[in-house]
Amino acid sequence: MTTVERAANWARTRSMFPATFGLACCAIEMMATGAAHYDLARFGMEVFRASPRQADLMIVAGRVSQKMAPVLRQVYDQMPDPKWVISMGACASTGGMFNNYALVQGVDQIVPVDIYVPGCPPGPQSLMHGILTLHDKIMTREIVR
Amino acid sequence: MSPVLEDLKEQFEAVVWEDSHGQDVARVPADAWFSFAGAAKEAGFEICGDVTAVDWMRLRPERFEVVANLVSMQHRIRLRMITSVGREDPTIASLTPLWPGANFAEREVYDMFGIEFEGHPDLTRILMPDDWEGHPLRKDFGVGSVPVQFKQAHQVS
Amino acid sequence: MSDENTQDQAGGETDTFDLWVAGTEEPQFQPTDEGRQEISEHESEDRLAAQFGRVVEDDYVFDEDADDDERMIVNMGPQHPSTHGVLRLQIELEGEIIRRTRPIIGYLHTGMEKTAEQLNYAQGPTNVTRMDYLSPLHEELAYSLAVERLLGVEVPPRAAAIRILMTELNRISSHLVALATNGLDIGALSMMIYGFREREAILAFFEKATGLRMNHNYIRPGGVAADLPPGWKDDVAAILKEMPVRLQEYDDLLKENPVWLSRTRDVGIIQAEEAIAYSITGPPLRASGVDWDIRKVFPYSGIDQYEFDVPLGERGDVYDRYRVKVEEIEESLKIVEQVMDSMPKGNYRIDDRKITPPPRARIDESMEALIHHFKLFTEGFKVPAGETYVAVESPRGELGCYLVADGGPMPWRMHTRAPSFYNLQGLPIAMADSLVADTVATIASMDPVMGDVDR
Repeated sequence: MTTVERAANWARTRSMFPATFGLACCAIEMMATGAAHYDLARFGMEVFRASPRQADLMIVAGRVSQKMAPVLRQVYDQMPDPKWVISMGACASTGGMFNNYALVQGVDQIVPVDIYVPGCPPGPQSLMHGILTLHDKIMTREIVR
Repeated sequence: MSPVLEDLKEQFEAVVWEDSHGQDVARVPADAWFSFAGAAKEAGFEICGDVTAVDWMRLRPERFEVVANLVSMQHRIRLRMITSVGREDPTIASLTPLWPGANFAEREVYDMFGIEFEGHPDLTRILMPDDWEGHPLRKDFGVGSVPVQFKQAHQVS
Repeated sequence: MSDENTQDQAGGETDTFDLWVAGTEEPQFQPTDEGRQEISEHESEDRLAAQFGRVVEDDYVFDEDADDDERMIVNMGPQHPSTHGVLRLQIELEGEIIRRTRPIIGYLHTGMEKTAEQLNYAQGPTNVTRMDYLSPLHEELAYSLAVERLLGVEVPPRAAAIRILMTELNRISSHLVALATNGLDIGALSMMIYGFREREAILAFFEKATGLRMNHNYIRPGGVAADLPPGWKDDVAAILKEMPVRLQEYDDLLKENPVWLSRTRDVGIIQAEEAIAYSITGPPLRASGVDWDIRKVFPYSGIDQYEFDVPLGERGDVYDRYRVKVEEIEESLKIVEQVMDSMPKGNYRIDDRKITPPPRARIDESMEALIHHFKLFTEGFKVPAGETYVAVESPRGELGCYLVADGGPMPWRMHTRAPSFYNLQGLPIAMADSLVADTVATIASMDPVMGDVDR
């Protein structure tokens, strides 16, 4: 017997709509993940939404500069609830090797992050692992408290 | 040295010529910067490949060096022209009237070093946010991280 | 350290949008405002001339009588699916026609030139490889060549040949992404799937040889990081066999496709004089019919031993830029084949223990090797004072590295002449007086990589 909660969570994981938020090198690997060889469509999420209003997952793929930070937050704010964030790569997670004036040292200073994917850049396999981990996380989430 | 450069050498006596690892370098006095560039363009340097700067801090009496890489397509040679700009109020003539392609590069130098280009049509910051203070590539600008520009981040639930 | 790096960045007054934000009572975000960097309604004559591209030639149709009500300034980006990263454009429209365009960049500024001053020469390639993330090996090559020129050393022939092999393969993979995204933007989705499929084959080889799919740090001062893996010839031969078939597929798909032709022919034209005046290099320059390729004019790393042609366009439109890229893939395949057949034997890096580390096995038996290893990886090697500029032909144009050494183990100044940065200046000229529907096709054909633009 399943619960309504489980059914709702299942539905959420099986049709996630990522917002296109490609920034740097990781964006290319994100595109490669969506393309033929790795085929993100297997997890029901090959459609990258250009409009944040239609997306519920933001994959922050790449380094976030000081100039980009307000934009990123604005895109996040426009996404409807429930929403999740994957921080893809070392730069998005911690600033990576660029500990300098220009970069935000970790995107978690601006938006709440659910999953951190390590690597520089993370390979498509790593990103898919991150996405599947996020699915697990959503499945254990309580809708009503 | 190619004959094109020999002609330039005769025209400008104040310019010091160097050979830097097989490349021709002209050290131009700041007041002859624009006229030398104009003569170089006349001589066949159609492309201004790059404009950048170097901050020497206290190592040299004139703090900044402005470097322009010129390319001649017809003669297939390169020429690097370098000038020095002082510590106080660093200003140099813009090369944009000769080569419109120097536009972005000079904006970058202005943004990163705070060197003003006289005669540039559009001297604004290009890489940093407009309200940024300081010029990041100066040697006295710290490397370390700075607070995030967006300040409402702590309100996120 | 000055206190400049700890000040408040969000100074000044800001408006807040009257917009509903999910799950919040109050609007949470500030509008983005880059002040004077943005397009403005009333510009000075000089700024206007620069933005219209009038500086070179005043052949633009501009309706001076048009009412302010007929003009509209549209913002595009920095988060936009078709701007290839975080490029932001502000466009002034008169109806459907673009009058002015102003690229606003810096949204990916990473401060790499500053970081380069904190890394020693051996660590440098790790930094530069992340600039132009579609052609990392070219960035490493330019940097390594600059360091080697300052050191006054010459790499062994095998190292030079490996460098050419890897960079030309990299050119193919980079152009494949350019074609894929160009196709995606115009609506040829199959091209995107195809392009990334073939790229995987090359990336698989890169992963085998360098350990990483991107950001390899493979080409280093003094040679390359490791010899080619066993069986590399089979892998390269497989790529060489596969690619012409695939290129034929692309040609079947696009070359004479009427939809593709009508979207790309005579769209986004850059004339040769404009391209030269605005320092545009690489495929956009050659598409305008200018025969200029750094590989031919200022050869590096022994590329003049190999035979290849420089494909040229005629009209300088989006279609020509697409054709130039496809034909450059073919030429690169030729070079790769020649390198594969003539790969010299020998060492893959300089046998100078002051520059390259000793082999791992030597460290166990030789005290001297241990000392060299320790010195190299703690202090790094010193480079005599001097300055130099080295350029290579990256998939996007002339990629230069201007390196100033002060005699220490770290560069005093490292500057990269980024081809996309200069090519982006051609965008307002290409887009002036064209239809707004062609914007995306034009941007894609210029192939700007924002990591390269902003550094």
